[in-house]
Amino acid sequence: MTQFLQQLINGLSLGSIYALIALGYTMVYGIIKLINFAHGDIYMLGAYIGFICTAQLGMGFFPALAAAMGICALIGVIIERIAYKPLRNATRITALITAIGVSYFLEASTQKVMGTGVKTFPQVLANQKIMIGGVMITTQQIAIFAITIGLMLLLQFIVRKTKVGRAMRAVSVDADAARLMGVNVDMTISYTFAIGSALAGAAGVLVGLYYNSINPLMGMLPGVKAFIAAVFGGIGIIPGAMFGGFFIGIVETLVSGYGSSLYKDAVVYIILIIILVVKPAGLLGKNVKEKV
Amino acid sequence: MTVLKVSGLTKNFGGLAAVSNVNLEIEERELIGLIGPNGAGKTTLFNLLTGVYDPSEGKIELNVDGTMKSIGGLKPYVITGLGLARTFQNIRLFKNMTVLDNVKLAMNKSVSYSTLAAILRLPSYYREEQRVLEEAVKLLEVVGLAEKQTTLAKNLPYGQQRKLEIARALAAKPKILFLDEPAAGMNPQETTELTELIHQIKEQFNLTVVLIEHDMSLVMKICERIYVLDYGKCIAHGTPEAIKNNRRVIEAYLGED
Amino acid sequence: MKNLLNKKNACWLVLIAGSYGLISLLISVGVINNVYLTVLMTIGINIILAISLNLIIGVTGQFSLGHAGFMIIGAYCAGVAVKQFSASLGGILLGMLIGIVISGAVALIVAIPTLRLRGDYLAIATLGFGEIIRIIILNMKITNGAAGLILPKLIDWQVIFAAVVICTIIILNFCRSAQGRACISVREDEIAAEAMGINTTKYKIMAFVLGAMIASVAGALYAGAFYVIKPEMFTFNKSIDILVLVVFGGMGSFTGSFIAAGVIGVLNTVLQQFSDIRMILYGLMLVGIMIFRPSGLLGTKEFTFSNLFERFGKRKEARG
Repeated sequence: MTQFLQQLINGLSLGSIYALIALGYTMVYGIIKLINFAHGDIYMLGAYIGFICTAQLGMGFFPALAAAMGICALIGVIIERIAYKPLRNATRITALITAIGVSYFLEASTQKVMGTGVKTFPQVLANQKIMIGGVMITTQQIAIFAITIGLMLLLQFIVRKTKVGRAMRAVSVDADAARLMGVNVDMTISYTFAIGSALAGAAGVLVGLYYNSINPLMGMLPGVKAFIAAVFGGIGIIPGAMFGGFFIGIVETLVSGYGSSLYKDAVVYIILIIILVVKPAGLLGKNVKEKV
Repeated sequence: MTVLKVSGLTKNFGGLAAVSNVNLEIEERELIGLIGPNGAGKTTLFNLLTGVYDPSEGKIELNVDGTMKSIGGLKPYVITGLGLARTFQNIRLFKNMTVLDNVKLAMNKSVSYSTLAAILRLPSYYREEQRVLEEAVKLLEVVGLAEKQTTLAKNLPYGQQRKLEIARALAAKPKILFLDEPAAGMNPQETTELTELIHQIKEQFNLTVVLIEHDMSLVMKICERIYVLDYGKCIAHGTPEAIKNNRRVIEAYLGED
Repeated sequence: MKNLLNKKNACWLVLIAGSYGLISLLISVGVINNVYLTVLMTIGINIILAISLNLIIGVTGQFSLGHAGFMIIGAYCAGVAVKQFSASLGGILLGMLIGIVISGAVALIVAIPTLRLRGDYLAIATLGFGEIIRIIILNMKITNGAAGLILPKLIDWQVIFAAVVICTIIILNFCRSAQGRACISVREDEIAAEAMGINTTKYKIMAFVLGAMIASVAGALYAGAFYVIKPEMFTFNKSIDILVLVVFGGMGSFTGSFIAAGVIGVLNTVLQQFSDIRMILYGLMLVGIMIFRPSGLLGTKEFTFSNLFERFGKRKEARG
């Protein structure tokens, strides 16, 4: 039982990171129906920006987190304007391949600038172990969890209560109608990318802190898994992405803990396929049939 | 002989009954009109009969070789195979296929060579392709598109696209043909031509035709019997004369009082 | 037989024999050295991968991101056959046959649940299946896990040349049949296809399985030609590379797939000397193509001799 609780806590930490990345996927998909394959690389950039801020510029954790979020938001918006905006009316596969191109570009550029090797992320946050009845929680895990929850609440507030959020919801339902009602669609999409990328940037810094090591290709696999998390919860649905992220994180940790870590990725993909086959719109989604 | 019998057919979308307790009985070689105000459930009824939607309740029976077979809830391609073909309200041609291939495609069920024979180009492939080509050209001649064989469907003018849809439906060798607003968007000249075409194919191919149409003059002119839908219910049926004078129909179209 | 003897097929035969002769000649006079020959063989294998995926994506419209999963089955069946039975061309061809059967069977298992999905969902589900196949192979004993298999060179360029010709003929003949028309109709409009009596599920599965079987041939050729196979070579990035060939050439155009495999093969070789910026340029190129030429090089156009004759004929008419 203690072992199970331990795995659960580790899983929640990993899940927090997936959830933060998944939010960006789900928001972008919700608004322009694009699987933003480069999103995992934004998360990688966030980790590198955090690394530069802390290891090279000597900044503290929170300023570094803020810097990573800000710069990632900016990068996200620039990518959208340059690469995705010209493709608003293109087919989905075209947009997807563009996103793959952006992903390659970001990975290769980071390799060129920062080197292909692994970098050690400095321990900028005190890491104390707390034992509760045989279960170990580190202060880092608590910080990761708290920051994730905080950001999610902030996101919910933005989406539900602000003008920008209302515009986002409107555009995701019907971009043309929203435009006719005076919503600045391009601006709204930029905001969506900015917010999604900022969350991914935050996830990057947190993962650097948690695992201590970062590399230019670190975004690929978590990117795919976060996408799976978004699909799991119902893509386009914000609470679904959070739920999916935590779920995938916990399952992955449990499989590693109890079974074989070699199969942990396979289990995630199997979950994905089962959910797609049984309930393709995701756990929280609704099935829609094409009108004839 | 009854070719299609529908009893108590109902389709609910959420809480809304798009089609509710509809009964139809269609005889062989009849030309039936299905009319009703916008949103009355005509296309939904077509979609139920052709298998696009599964019925919530009720029975659809099709005469297959002399026995009535229940077809409600079968897949569309199975129903088409049993002798029921359709056109679409919002034209659904295979846009990037040629006119000829659109028609050939609908004849697939009758093609007897195997995939292996196609890959190995066995004699059966050439024999069957030749037959399919000849039959397809004949059908295109019927609708007057024989000259356009190699044109991509998307490059045809609107009126010809409608005709190609009819040719394609005929290629599926139906016993009953469903036409969903065949004259929509056509000018009076084209509508007249279409009317003639419908008559001609009905005779030539021994068809039972059911058509949805907004053009009242067309419906009144060619249909032998008419069913009127309103709010998903069948409010009247009978000859064009009877329908013209039916109080409930007039109310449905013009509003009460 | 007489059906096969016509001007078009004669032209194709001349073209195939001519290319074969030209390559042999260039090798014998030393213009094509071993490095270039390796490039040519890679291009050949990539052509097979691209046309087999094009059948699934371009012709049938089913967006698969799991193609590397079938390539790896082919590669490992060939590799294991070479290790277990005989290190000869016969051994590897036997492995290839086993690979075709297994990957066809696996494709069927993958296809039945996933091909009900559409677009992005299908892409991500096939990506998942491709990765699952890879992880299973990674964890098997007979495949030697992550270290992979080291194999003798058993496949030379002539075998790859023959395979390209055979696979192309199979796919083109399939596409130009009633079955092929059905696949295209599925891409064009599934609902209309069903209404015309087409069992869309059946044809989606058919195209998917045929494409997977041909991809496994490419995998077997790869194993026999390039000495080493490891599971890490066949991640979803490999699937994406194949997808890029298809999209770059033009979805639905097999001529385009040929050209794309050639162009990207040469480009990769040229960029080899700038290996650190190669992927940066590759990424930029992808984005650029999608923005400025989203339908790929050829769109859905095909090179055929009948088109050529027609154009030639018209020109003559105009002159006369």
